[in-house]
Amino acid sequence: MPFILRRLAFYVVAAWVALTANFFIPRAMPGSAVQDIMSKFPNLQPSAYKAIEAMLGVGHPGSLLDQYGSYLVDVVHLNFGTDVSAYPASVASVLGQAIPWTLVLVGTATVIAFFVGTGLGIIAGWRHGGWADRLLPGLMFLQAIPYFFFALLLLELFALKLHVFPIAQGYNGQVVVPGWDWAFISNAIQHSLLPAITIVLTSMAGWMLQMRNVMITTIGEDYVIAAQAKGLSSRRVVFTYAARNALLPQLQGFGLALGFVVSGALVMEIVFSYPGVGLLLLNAVTSNDYPLMQAIFLVITFAVLVANLIVDLVIVLFDPRVRAKEVTAR
Amino acid sequence: MSAFANYWRRFPVKAKAGAIILGLFVLAAIIGPLVTPYDPSFQNPSPGLSMAAPSAAHLLGTTQSGQDVLSQLLVGIRLTLELAVIVGVVATAASVVVGVTAAFLGGFWDDFLSLVSNVFLVIPQLPFLILLLGYLPQKGQTPTIIVLSVLGWPWGARVIRAQTLTIRGRDFVAASRETGESSWRIIASEIIPNQISLIAANFVNTVLYAIGTSVALAFIGLADLNSWSLGTMLYWAQSQQALQLGAWWWFLPPGLAVAFIGTALVLLNTGIDELGNPRLRDARNATRVAGYRVWPTDPTPVLEGVAAGGGRVGAFLHSFSRSSLLDETASGGDTR
Repeated sequence: MPFILRRLAFYVVAAWVALTANFFIPRAMPGSAVQDIMSKFPNLQPSAYKAIEAMLGVGHPGSLLDQYGSYLVDVVHLNFGTDVSAYPASVASVLGQAIPWTLVLVGTATVIAFFVGTGLGIIAGWRHGGWADRLLPGLMFLQAIPYFFFALLLLELFALKLHVFPIAQGYNGQVVVPGWDWAFISNAIQHSLLPAITIVLTSMAGWMLQMRNVMITTIGEDYVIAAQAKGLSSRRVVFTYAARNALLPQLQGFGLALGFVVSGALVMEIVFSYPGVGLLLLNAVTSNDYPLMQAIFLVITFAVLVANLIVDLVIVLFDPRVRAKEVTAR
Repeated sequence: MSAFANYWRRFPVKAKAGAIILGLFVLAAIIGPLVTPYDPSFQNPSPGLSMAAPSAAHLLGTTQSGQDVLSQLLVGIRLTLELAVIVGVVATAASVVVGVTAAFLGGFWDDFLSLVSNVFLVIPQLPFLILLLGYLPQKGQTPTIIVLSVLGWPWGARVIRAQTLTIRGRDFVAASRETGESSWRIIASEIIPNQISLIAANFVNTVLYAIGTSVALAFIGLADLNSWSLGTMLYWAQSQQALQLGAWWWFLPPGLAVAFIGTALVLLNTGIDELGNPRLRDARNATRVAGYRVWPTDPTPVLEGVAAGGGRVGAFLHSFSRSSLLDETASGGDTR
């Protein structure tokens, strides 16, 4: 089977596992979401139980298999039920407002962090013991700090003390109205700078360390020595011989690390009250908004799966060995 | 003891630094809760002690409700480290079992176990954890430990499976199989001892993951908020706006504690890596030869002026120096 088809099958399985877990967790856990909501509002009459059940969509009639079937149909139609905290808005519409914010901020910052980190890793690996290598312990410290803690410190320093960046939110609602004009976009960019810097600084070290280690190992390979012996310029040896091959494990790591980076970025959004999925997740947790929690889990999982698929396509493009394997397999 | 000292001496500098920092925190976790100056939950009602700055009576100041921050920190370090170590042990054991089993059984079971661990790897952890913990009726130390352990093994299993596959193909394993050793004996006395450093690195990584994740979970409120861990301290500090009100003594200590423990673990892990792969070692690498910085990755320099001056004695002394290795002469001694 061609590489891409095999990977595609894998992601389908992963997506199915996520969907199924999402279906069974609420049903397997002791206690119930409905009970939780009932106890939160003590003045609700016991007769409201059925109504809440219907609202959450948990009281499905029929056997477990029937419920599972209708659940899958609902998910395909992006029908995640009704939002509890923003009643009567649907979960899908609440999510729809938050996703673009997160996608733009976390997506851009992650890609920047990947490229800057990889670049620094190339330098650190090539000049082992040089200036870039000496940055590493400091960057490791940044990586070991919890995202949100680092974000809070930056917020305190740059927003509250120095007033360089705005304090919170995705844009200033008193000054601009959301829309596709320059006033709004520039305001939004200004608000996204500090969160983006936080993500880049904290996640860069991971990419850098990995790239450095692979670079150091790659440099010892015979073909790199051969390239040097031929008298090629250092730049050519570094980029077209060593880094190009060292990049492949890095790309494979990118897909797997994405889940962690996204998770960290979500918590970071909470600090900046950024109107993205992370803040939504916090609100869902604090208000026991189970339908929203489930929908967010699915959306994030699917986003990470799609990103992984894209990474796989890039690997096919870059790594002739993967393509060669396909030819010989046929 | 001397064996230990010998081992310690060979430790890379990074690993030493990591081990020392970590040791301090472990010490704090063990004796800390016994020497707390106050009960961490005791709310001192006197108005002067609400968010009081550090003083002789309260070395790290107090919280909004007059609780002693130092006492909370000492108890919190114990709770957080305890959780992390238990998760580390359980998840690492699970990944060894799964990884070695998959590599040894091969065929269908290998495919199946690899598929399961890859699926768990690709599903983003934190949202999944939030979903799981969100549905649990009571949040606390034990549920968090269980959930983190259940989700913490796949990465290790993958790495250990790959390593087991390579070791399995080596001659010494084939030899012990020829002598009629059982599979279990081969696993216990040939395979696992040969990847002990990998397992150690995996343990350190899992502990790091457990600390980071549990603190993040507590920060968003998915923990027993009446207990004192580093995460719940940060939760309360944040929800009471400690930073905005200038109470750095309340907010900084737990965050820095997490950061230092994390850095120590990363350093330790890099050290373990370097122990196994000498190429990664922090060589003070660039050597200075005749005024040029020469890196090991550079082609061997052909320098015309490297010949030592100063007559016979100079040449003799020069022949002991490192840069004399770069002298390429036909006869091998005469530098003229």
